[in-house]
Amino acid sequence: MTSKPPTDMPPLLALTDYAIRFSTPDGAVKAVNGLDLAVARGETVAVVGESGSGKSQTFNGVFGLLSGNATTSGAARFEGRNLLELTPRQLDEIRGADMAMVFQDPMTALNPAMKIKHQLAETLRIHKGMNRRDAEAQALAMLKKVGIPEAERRIEQYPHQLSGGMRQRIVIAMALLCRPKLIVADEPTTALDVTIQAQILDLFRDLTGEAGTALVLITHDLGVVAGIADKVVVMYAGRIVEEAPVDALFARPAMPYTAALIRSIPRVDRDVEAVEPIGGRPPNLLHPPAGCAFHPRCRFAQDKCRRERPPLETIETGRRAACWFPFVDETSGREPMNAEIAGA
Amino acid sequence: MTLYAGKREALEDAFIGRDDEMPRGKPRSVTRDALRRFRANKAAMTALVVFVLIVLAAIVGPYLVPYDYETPDWEAFTAPPSIESGHYFGTDQNGRDLLARTLYGTRVSLLVALIATTVSVIVGVLYGAVSGFAGGRIDSAMMRFVDVMYALPYILFVILLMVMFGRNVFLLFAAIGLLEWLTMARIVRGQTLSLKEKEFVEAARAAGVSSFAIILRHIVPNLVGPVVIYASLTIPEIVITESFLSYLGFGVQEPLTSLGTLISEGTGAIGSADWLLLFPGGVLVTMLLALAFIGDGLRDAFDPKDR
Amino acid sequence: MPETLLSVENLSTVFDIGGGNPFAKALELKAVSDVSFTLEAGETLGIVGESGCGKSTLGRSILRLIEPTHGRVVWQGKSLTDLSVGEMRKARRDLSIIFQDPVASLDPRMNVGKIIEEPLKVAEPSLGRKARRERIEKVMEEVGLAPEMINRYPHEFSGGQAQRIGIARAIVTEPKLIVCDEPVSALDVSIQAQIVNLLKALKERMGLTLIFISHDLSVVRLVSDRILVLYLGRVVEIGPRREVFANPGHPYSKALLAAAPIPDPAIARSREKTPLKGDPPSPINPPSGCAFRTRCPIARDVCAEKLPPLVDVGRGHRAACLFTGDVRADEAIAG
Repeated sequence: MTSKPPTDMPPLLALTDYAIRFSTPDGAVKAVNGLDLAVARGETVAVVGESGSGKSQTFNGVFGLLSGNATTSGAARFEGRNLLELTPRQLDEIRGADMAMVFQDPMTALNPAMKIKHQLAETLRIHKGMNRRDAEAQALAMLKKVGIPEAERRIEQYPHQLSGGMRQRIVIAMALLCRPKLIVADEPTTALDVTIQAQILDLFRDLTGEAGTALVLITHDLGVVAGIADKVVVMYAGRIVEEAPVDALFARPAMPYTAALIRSIPRVDRDVEAVEPIGGRPPNLLHPPAGCAFHPRCRFAQDKCRRERPPLETIETGRRAACWFPFVDETSGREPMNAEIAGA
Repeated sequence: MTLYAGKREALEDAFIGRDDEMPRGKPRSVTRDALRRFRANKAAMTALVVFVLIVLAAIVGPYLVPYDYETPDWEAFTAPPSIESGHYFGTDQNGRDLLARTLYGTRVSLLVALIATTVSVIVGVLYGAVSGFAGGRIDSAMMRFVDVMYALPYILFVILLMVMFGRNVFLLFAAIGLLEWLTMARIVRGQTLSLKEKEFVEAARAAGVSSFAIILRHIVPNLVGPVVIYASLTIPEIVITESFLSYLGFGVQEPLTSLGTLISEGTGAIGSADWLLLFPGGVLVTMLLALAFIGDGLRDAFDPKDR
Repeated sequence: MPETLLSVENLSTVFDIGGGNPFAKALELKAVSDVSFTLEAGETLGIVGESGCGKSTLGRSILRLIEPTHGRVVWQGKSLTDLSVGEMRKARRDLSIIFQDPVASLDPRMNVGKIIEEPLKVAEPSLGRKARRERIEKVMEEVGLAPEMINRYPHEFSGGQAQRIGIARAIVTEPKLIVCDEPVSALDVSIQAQIVNLLKALKERMGLTLIFISHDLSVVRLVSDRILVLYLGRVVEIGPRREVFANPGHPYSKALLAAAPIPDPAIARSREKTPLKGDPPSPINPPSGCAFRTRCPIARDVCAEKLPPLVDVGRGHRAACLFTGDVRADEAIAG
């Protein structure tokens, strides 16, 4: 595991009691609720969840990219400044310069009518006030760094002339240009083939390690998470249900949802007779279930789970879980409360 | 993780799982959903009410008005609107009651629009669906024919048709409908081309359903949205065409009348008898506005994503 | 000796592109080139490859949803590719397909009952209304849907439920072969496992033979007995699952395995970086010789000159690489 930064240093990004609501014709949707999350400098945090878990909305809100019918509350502090209280202009100074976002579809971030060169240089000229020549030189250097072959030729092309993997590299280059302190990547490899996905993940690993950039990787794919994250945050129905260092999470998941998720994915490196699915499906946020949102799909649900929502509590140093009956390692000193139900 | 060892067998059933959480409420077909959205649209609903009132007035109105549309009232030539005389819209230069004439004119205009639109919808949908579904060379040939038809000057056709059907206005407009289907055919063809590539059509082909049955069962029902929308836009177009032709003196012949003819007469009397233009013009504008709002509402209702 | 259910012989599917413009030079896209394999009854063949490798076209060409340009598809001894349209329609009751996009594969204007009924009506026109309804409800029960849902419309369902409806439609005629075209790729992780297990269970229960097309090697490993790896429309490797995964004979298969994510931090961190560079070349203008040579870490000059044939590397395992010995001698991937 990578070494953690000293705990007394304030986190780079801190969400406290952060919530997002959407007003829809069918009623209010509480997409994100009471989120407390910290991202330290240089740390790679993976945010994992299914569709509707609120994982993407959380960071769209941080970047001020939510649609008009959304309201955010709580605080999202980036280096101490609450992003939710900034004017759009103040936010623009931070977005793209100190924090950048990479989306699933690279075409959403690229202007189809502009040469790559101009798009990259534009960022530098706006945020760093560089002149055109310097900006283009630096853009070219960045393209080489993200591994674009024949960068000199590619920089003169338009986005549609490039393959999907190459476009995603360019978006990553664009995100890295101003040496941001934080990159948020929302399913950056989901639309790509496995071999390209591996290349992009290698790239993220190298770049963040080298520049000390913090990375938030939003994904539904636990397999992607394992090789790159320091810390994993699992979201379900708009809340964090578990947070743990990556090794601990895979070795000893505390929340039944996390455990079930890990056991539901097939393995490419070994023969498995069958995977264990999670029954049912993610809840409809218009009508969330009472108590723990996962209880209708949880094999270990008790009466208490149906009545009361479990708070997100620290169960070990660096680990939090929202479950009334978390699986706890015997050596940690706490009683494995659900051993009877679980073991048998 | 070892906590779970040995639980596999006991969970056999859970391995396949069921997913029978029922959707809420009543079954909602696409059409029902669209109508629900349409009803929620206040502007469109108001427009619909207005339009229905106009249609009702055009149908039953002439029977309720004490005057008919062709008999002159010898006591009132070019009389301004008045409540006492019973000529609520006034009379024209020939002493005919304008209210009766406007109601009758609206009826003729609507009828003509209905005929032409029906013809254009039937021909356009069939032609477009066949062309789009057949694809390849047949499609190319059919669409080139449409292009040629587009290229021919509209007015030339109308004059030709005038020569042929000049005596019968309704036949004339059935013929105009035969010109109006071109755009409908293009729209339907485009939709069919994209529907044909949809996986549910492929699924039907994989099940061995014949091409004809696929067109009937999968393609045509899914065309309802665009066809309804476009038809709602065709109606005002034909009303305007009719008004335009009548204004030029080509359309409906005296003593029969239409909104266009009335407006044409009214423009001649601007300054001396403004009501002759204002009333029929007001009805036409109201009707066209109502149709435009209805068309808009239908588009939003059937295509919620494109808003 | 198990019965050979399907044999695909030198199948090629070529698309003419830019055909609409009479002035443009017609380009040919070879989506599937010279593919041959056999399938035994009760077997599951996994077809893997990256986007654009022709795996979906291959699946559809076998069912003649896309007409193949060359080659034959022999189904239980008779050549499907030589059947007339009417005969083919009859043959379709034994052949079925499940699609990737569960919602797009259901007609939005039909309710669940009508959707599942359609293939049944074609296959067994003599069946009465009541008998049909019973069959539909039975099949819904079988795929884990409540029969009360019969009057509902596709957009009222979740992705997982919609895919169950698609599966119900595919099995209602009791077919022998189902082509599953990326049946779980569009679903949430937790739902994927449900659908995979459902397919496996149905396969056992109904004695189905499956062609399982996917880009996801871990899902393919879970369901398949044999694996076929496609690259730019050509078979680069085919063999029993265990063989292909443990000891791949083609550098492309090896790279695919090395690139697939593994949900275990220790293993994931210890893996080497992917040796593959760049993207797959365009199928309109494929490289000469071995199509993979432009990205291959062990390519040599000779690879550009000659198209490597599929050669037997033992135990029913074949690979199309001139240096397959080198590939296999190299240490197998972790796990």
